[in-house]
Amino acid sequence: MSERPIHFYFRGTVQRIEGVSPTRTLLQYLREDVHVTGTKEGCAEGDCGACTVVLGEKVGDALQLKAVNACIQFLPTLDGKALFTVEDLTRLGERTAQLHPVQQALLDTHASQCGFCTPGFAMSLFALYENNPACPDRASICHALDGNLCRCTGYRPQVDALPAAYARPRPHLDRQAVLAALDHLASLPSLEYRAHGQRFTAPRTLAELATARLAHPEARLLAGATDVGLWVTKQLWQLDALIYLGAVAELKIITRDPAGGLVIGAGASLTDAFAALSAAEPAWTELAWRFASTPVRNAGTLGGNVANGSPIGDSMPGLIALGSHIVLQQGERLRRLPLEDFYLAYQKTALEAGEFLRALEIPPTPPGRVFRTWKVSKRSDQDISAVCGAFALQLADGVIHSARIAFGGMAGTPLRARATEAFLTGRTWSRLSLEEAARILANEFTPLDDLRASAAYRRRVAAGLLMRLWLEQDGSAPARLADLEALT
Amino acid sequence: MSAPDRIPPTSAGAGLPHESAHLHVTGRATYVDDVPAPVGTLHAALGLSNLAHGRLLSLDLSAVRAAPGVRAVITAADIPGLNDCGPVRRDDPILCAGEILFHGQPLFAVAADSHEQARRAARLARVEAEPLPALLDAESAAAAKSWVLPPVRVQKGDTVTALASAPHRLQGTVRLGGQEHFYLEGQIACALPREDDTLHLLTSTQHPTEMQHVVARALGWRMHQVSAECRRMGGGFGGKESQSAQIACVAAVLAVRTGRPVKLRLDRDDDMRITGKRHDFVIEYEAGFGEDGQIHGLKLVLTSRCGFSADLSGPVNDRAIFHADNAYYLDAVDILSLRGLTHTVSNTAFRGFGGPQGIFAIETVIDDIARHLGRDALDVRRINFYWDSHGDTRNVTHYGMQVEDNVIHPLVTQLSARSDYSVRRAAIDAFNAASPVIKKGLALTPVKFGISFTATFYNQAGALVHVYNDGTVLVSHGGTEMGQGLYTKIRQIVAQEFGLSVDAVRLSATDTSRVPNTSATAASSGTDLNGKAAQAACQAIRRRIAGFVAGRLGVEKDAVVLANGRVSAPGFDAPFAAVVSDAYLARVQLWDAGFYKTPKIHYDPATMQGRPFYYFSYGASVSEVAIDTLTGESKVLRVDILHDVGRSINPAIDIGQIEGGFIQGMGWLTTEELVYASDGGLATHAPSTYKIPAVSDLPRDFRVALFDNANMEDSIHRAKAVGEPPLMLAMSVFFALRDAVAAALGPGARPALDAPATPEAILKALHGGTLS
Repeated sequence: MSERPIHFYFRGTVQRIEGVSPTRTLLQYLREDVHVTGTKEGCAEGDCGACTVVLGEKVGDALQLKAVNACIQFLPTLDGKALFTVEDLTRLGERTAQLHPVQQALLDTHASQCGFCTPGFAMSLFALYENNPACPDRASICHALDGNLCRCTGYRPQVDALPAAYARPRPHLDRQAVLAALDHLASLPSLEYRAHGQRFTAPRTLAELATARLAHPEARLLAGATDVGLWVTKQLWQLDALIYLGAVAELKIITRDPAGGLVIGAGASLTDAFAALSAAEPAWTELAWRFASTPVRNAGTLGGNVANGSPIGDSMPGLIALGSHIVLQQGERLRRLPLEDFYLAYQKTALEAGEFLRALEIPPTPPGRVFRTWKVSKRSDQDISAVCGAFALQLADGVIHSARIAFGGMAGTPLRARATEAFLTGRTWSRLSLEEAARILANEFTPLDDLRASAAYRRRVAAGLLMRLWLEQDGSAPARLADLEALT
Repeated sequence: MSAPDRIPPTSAGAGLPHESAHLHVTGRATYVDDVPAPVGTLHAALGLSNLAHGRLLSLDLSAVRAAPGVRAVITAADIPGLNDCGPVRRDDPILCAGEILFHGQPLFAVAADSHEQARRAARLARVEAEPLPALLDAESAAAAKSWVLPPVRVQKGDTVTALASAPHRLQGTVRLGGQEHFYLEGQIACALPREDDTLHLLTSTQHPTEMQHVVARALGWRMHQVSAECRRMGGGFGGKESQSAQIACVAAVLAVRTGRPVKLRLDRDDDMRITGKRHDFVIEYEAGFGEDGQIHGLKLVLTSRCGFSADLSGPVNDRAIFHADNAYYLDAVDILSLRGLTHTVSNTAFRGFGGPQGIFAIETVIDDIARHLGRDALDVRRINFYWDSHGDTRNVTHYGMQVEDNVIHPLVTQLSARSDYSVRRAAIDAFNAASPVIKKGLALTPVKFGISFTATFYNQAGALVHVYNDGTVLVSHGGTEMGQGLYTKIRQIVAQEFGLSVDAVRLSATDTSRVPNTSATAASSGTDLNGKAAQAACQAIRRRIAGFVAGRLGVEKDAVVLANGRVSAPGFDAPFAAVVSDAYLARVQLWDAGFYKTPKIHYDPATMQGRPFYYFSYGASVSEVAIDTLTGESKVLRVDILHDVGRSINPAIDIGQIEGGFIQGMGWLTTEELVYASDGGLATHAPSTYKIPAVSDLPRDFRVALFDNANMEDSIHRAKAVGEPPLMLAMSVFFALRDAVAAALGPGARPALDAPATPEAILKALHGGTLS
């Protein structure tokens, strides 16, 4: 650890930043400090994508590019990374005196009307383009654009633009130059950054993190800033001390043990964590696609979602249903808790002073288990759940041997449906059992009425999702809207 | 000149890219916040009320004034002129004048060295207020007879008798939600004080003249002291017609007070709390009809939530009345329009301007009739359509206007054929019979939308065209660019008149110091009005150029042709640039102003009778949807659209307007739910909670085509307006959802489905209107 300026690679050189508040956002830096205004502010909460930029990091020996929302990224989180904005895209194209293929394609497909969201679309498409040698399928394009709102077009032209971009000559992004710069940045000591009476500490090892956390139990832990960022941009909170988890390489490790269980470091991005979860258990795939948006999943972490303790976090019902544990670390002390025991009350967790979430342990898939996790929200992409449910039933010989059912959106914390679980345990796997269980489930929780849904709706949907579990296995008719896609 | 076979592919009629597309995609398009601010620019923020209705007792701003970076704080008392920014009536205070009128109302404004400092300071006020009873929705306003404007009633025929003698009668009530504009660029204005008591405004507005006017009024100045400029907006949709005024006024008052440039850029949450939205409606109807579904008599009560002030609620509700027929002939009709005064944000213009609400009402009636009779709704729609325009039967609207350009019959026939409506109807019935959980629905809905401002005086426009002596052209006009492609179309129109390629023509920012007394760019009228005005200016210049050449050659003026960048006549052919250079030396005026006013229109606001519209735009759409009866979630599976834009000036832009309008309308009717808390505060004030359509909502199968037609009126190049009408094509999504719910409920059911059809609304309708 040593106090030093922030260093990141941008516009062909290493930028050194000092004297600006550690909670200044990347978007404020771009627009107000260096007057690079192609990147726009549409919402300042990571929901509209007008501020989408691309960050480059070295993963293994390769340059990994990912789209993130500049509006909620604090400037010091860029330390050690490469930054690309829409102006860089233009510069890449300019070597051939043309627009970048992604930009030219957006122009050719008439994908801009008012144009305010367009730079963000260009950057999301650019990340997808650079990460894929061949054009991804339509679903993947939509997935990559799920964090970009456009109010003028109907999105068709932006979706059509990517194949058109691949049909054009590919410009050369000089990855070696970027990697060389990143190597240089990696040789700098861990970042300790102070300005305006605020402190930003970015340990690089678990040991450094544990020490910093013990020394500064009052400091706010910061991972992807997809929630904490809003405390600053919307609530205007003053955060005096931040410990950043994003530089701790060990926290990002995901391992699969020989039995098939997963250990996911708390700092693994939602993108990486869901990829591992979905590989182990395909039922995660749909939830992963509907969880927030690509830029939020790129920046945010699974550990952040879990530790944040929101009653509407979408990962927790599934993780709880699967019987996951969390590993907490305080100094050198490690302790293991069932995930559901972590949540004590609304926005209150079992995390102790000086402690941090180190990893999540997801047990291997036993034979005979049925697992599903579904969210229900007003919009398919990037919405907060009205209800998120997860079901893990252990079946053998037509009998439910055990059941773990967990919900988000139904109480002040993610919660198991223990009465329903108890009812189902030992029952036959039949429509009748599920119907009776659904009636119990509908009355097991006392959720709230809020802007997302009424309590009555939430109860009915919880029961409906349990019935969906049966209907889907039954298979005699489509049980989900997603089944229609398969039919056509 | 405008015959279709003579339109060269490079100008009017060509699907050219948006004139700023190369700037959009590179991030080089300049919006107000991107303009480098002069040294010393201050940044403003607003302090908002957290009470829906009350009396302001004290406003302690000492902590605000003492906050870091603060240079000025103003309240209503500091406004030198009139504390009002309303477009029609004087009931829109810029800053609260003592009575708090809605939750989120600006109470004071602060200017500081940075945007962040201003926002932080604005939260430090200590407000003391005495709460007063608040009316928060249309029904409460109606119950209290709280009107922002007097009720309006339009009657035609003997509705009482028609209802009494009809073989069938139905009554119904449906609630239709409002809509947030969610322009991606929030409200913003930058006020630049200049010498000798003048001010220049950079403003994101659809109505620069109105900004000039209200700012002058707020400052106690005259109009020639203020100029307003807008190069482009990051979206408008009606939300920057009157709603940009408050922002401009605050920036201007602070700028004059401090003598420094002041920029006011609203944070998204503040923007959504402060600015008006689409009016939500409660629609009650009573219909009498025959066995075939033909409407004999219809009684409608349209109650809207207008909010705390009149704003544009008068003309919005008028347009709802004018569109309560949609494409259907109503023989006996009685429409009562109630304009509720509530203690909520003042609702305003939004793409369609009341038309969508009127159309939603009649489409609900038609759908209910069809379900009651067990008929396919398309058959009921057809039997109620206005008859063709050639006879004199069943083709006069309830406001006394003859429908002369009706194309709805061939348009719907073509669309139902190309969408395989009948075949898919049968397939969906078969699917539903075998699918207990997932239900599909199908609907075809028409649109007939009246084009012109109903305030007749608004239907005028001006343009200023400069031909420089190197042969390049600069055009200014009164319309504003909000993404709809107005500048692109004007550029094509001007290029066409001079026989130039579009790259010889540039457009300047819209600026009240170039073209005065402009109308709002609204009512879909931008190209119709400004295109004609620009054309008129071009024609005057062209006549002079032709006269100059003809004079030199001794030929008739008509023999001089401007085409392909050249000027030619028998025995003469020269580049346009060379000819205008010579003309300049010969002292020929190479610039001119053009003016246009829409002909034929007239209407009496007292009786609501006349011809408020120059013509109608038509369209229709077919949507196929599916719903999940366990959760109420839905999905749009396929959409077919056939839309009448007359003779398109730019098909690519028109298709973009149709697709975008459709998706925006779909959002209004499905996912976009405005939720107000019990204290009157807007709970859905950010994109995290207010859900406009995202990319996955794009129908997987989306087929959009232009209907082959020419405007029978003498519009610019015989094109038709395209800004608003496509929004209403999305009715087919809602009525397809209703069809799917009905399929689950069984024959004869009239689903109690309110809009927006959120998953909860759909599930509720599936359970007969209640979930508890």
